[in-house]
Amino acid sequence: MNATTGLTIGGLETAYDQLATAIDTVGEDKSELFLVKLALLAAQQLGNETVFGDLIQRAQKDL
Amino acid sequence: MHQPTTEPRRSIYYDYKIHQPWLASKNGPQPRHQVVIAGGGPVGMTAALELARHGVPCVLLESELQVSEGSRAIVFTRRSMEILQQVGVADRVTQHGLPWRFGNSFYRGQRVFRMEAPQDDNDRFWPMINLQQQYLEEFLVDACEVHPLIELRWGNRVTGLTQHQDHAVVEVDTPEGPYTLETEWLVASDGARSGIRTLLDLKLEGASYEGKFVIADIRIDLPLPTERLAFFDPEWNPRNTVLMHREPLNIWRVDYQLPEGETPEQALEPESLKARINAQLELIGHGGKPWEMDWCSVYSARTLTLPDYRAGRTLFIGDAAHLLPIFGVRGANTGFQDAQALAWRLGLICSGQASESLLASYSQERVGAAWEIIDEAGKSTRFMTPPSRGFRLLRDAVLSLSLTEGFVRPLYHWRTSRPHEYSHSALNSAGDDNALFQSGPAQGAPPANVRLVADEFLLDHLGGGFDLLVFGSSVPTDVQATVKDWRAKGLKLRVLLIGQGGVAEGADVCLPDTEGRARARWGVKTDGAAYLLRPDQHVCARWMTLDAHRLNAALKQATTGVAP
Repeated sequence: MNATTGLTIGGLETAYDQLATAIDTVGEDKSELFLVKLALLAAQQLGNETVFGDLIQRAQKDL
Repeated sequence: MHQPTTEPRRSIYYDYKIHQPWLASKNGPQPRHQVVIAGGGPVGMTAALELARHGVPCVLLESELQVSEGSRAIVFTRRSMEILQQVGVADRVTQHGLPWRFGNSFYRGQRVFRMEAPQDDNDRFWPMINLQQQYLEEFLVDACEVHPLIELRWGNRVTGLTQHQDHAVVEVDTPEGPYTLETEWLVASDGARSGIRTLLDLKLEGASYEGKFVIADIRIDLPLPTERLAFFDPEWNPRNTVLMHREPLNIWRVDYQLPEGETPEQALEPESLKARINAQLELIGHGGKPWEMDWCSVYSARTLTLPDYRAGRTLFIGDAAHLLPIFGVRGANTGFQDAQALAWRLGLICSGQASESLLASYSQERVGAAWEIIDEAGKSTRFMTPPSRGFRLLRDAVLSLSLTEGFVRPLYHWRTSRPHEYSHSALNSAGDDNALFQSGPAQGAPPANVRLVADEFLLDHLGGGFDLLVFGSSVPTDVQATVKDWRAKGLKLRVLLIGQGGVAEGADVCLPDTEGRARARWGVKTDGAAYLLRPDQHVCARWMTLDAHRLNAALKQATTGVAP
């Protein structure tokens, strides 16, 4: 769960742009639903509900 | 004065019969009864019949003069049918009901999930069977009325209760006024709005959900199989859920969630009902077909239970003890298991075979079952009628994903009612071989049925007392002696030898297991293995090799809740 197993800087930038563009594309009223779908797909891809739970906790910080 | 209506309820398919009220003035002085059951619904009547099987008489009080209004509970599970078989009405349910095992969930016109409940050739009953509650009650009433140990008193309503050390005094109101009943035990099966629960000021624990459902029964000729249909977020009722079930006699149950903010009164207005049912029929491709309304009501999901099903001399069963969501058919189906679990214990206590401390295990087992059901049902309920913004978002995300992503589809599963396994029951034997078995029903589990021949099953032979299943060709002589000892003390205990059929010393019944089906389903590999079943057919001990000493210990444990 640290940077060594994560994305490269370039990869992170690509994900950043893709997500921003998708949020704009689906529009304000659908972006929340879209993000929840994305989170479920990511959780399935991750294949580990404990790690996913940890991600949920980290994302809740400093909102 | 209690004045139940003498007008038959209205129904387009069921002919209500008015029974005569039981009046104290027409009967002799009342002795102190052993058991009074308050509430003559399916659960109360099952308890009365099961109690009678154990030789204990009871008075059964029903406040109305006729069976229930509307179809109410319509889906009965396999385990419920096995329990109803024990009390002698399963054949009539089979004759009139519609069996099924498939469920379908639809979203945006696509079938996104199909539930297939497994059906084993060794089972007599289907996973589910649909029948209107009035018919089931009628069959149970018929069985109660002919049973010499059951006194069914129509038009008798409990209005007061005083509990003493060794009995309870019950105030009963009737069409001619009140009378008093003394009883050693009072069984409260007086339903979701239990008056006895209120009289004792007992509080339910758990959660209530805000989503409200209209439940409507219509008569319509639809060329569709008996399968459960669930429609999520249909165009005519956005964000909400609609359910359909087939009932006998061309009656269909249509359940749909009310739009937020709508009151039950508004929802039940004839014009509103008509428009919505028409919209639903349109959705399934049968718009414009003529239909007639029979009965409708409004329902909201609750997952609540009393923390203890014993309060002094009062014992709670069914909806009086717990309120469980209809999703997953958990109301009546849970109640039958309560009735069966309580009746055999009360039977042993009233016939002097056990002390009242045995009742602690009733509450322990069934409150545990209720919490397990609440946990499971809570998941289905949160999916059917999301209780908050977060749950709604997740549910909507799953609906959307389910059109293309298979991994979320199992979340549509409605987790059907299943019998609780009393794995941690105080009645389970401490010194048996439970852990050595690799398969078969474990300690606390309900029994596994076995087809013996074309229309004969293992469960046809069980019940009414303890059953000792011995696998092999003979019953060991020391075991026979122990069985005799327990019978001499008055315990009902039968020995079933499963192997070759015919006759054998010490066996009440010898069942042939020529194909080895029983051995396979019960995980038995060698002769001499045995299972001890409680009178509710749940396993309380099993052995690779049975001996008298361990049988004795298991019977002591099962009748006291204490290891010898």
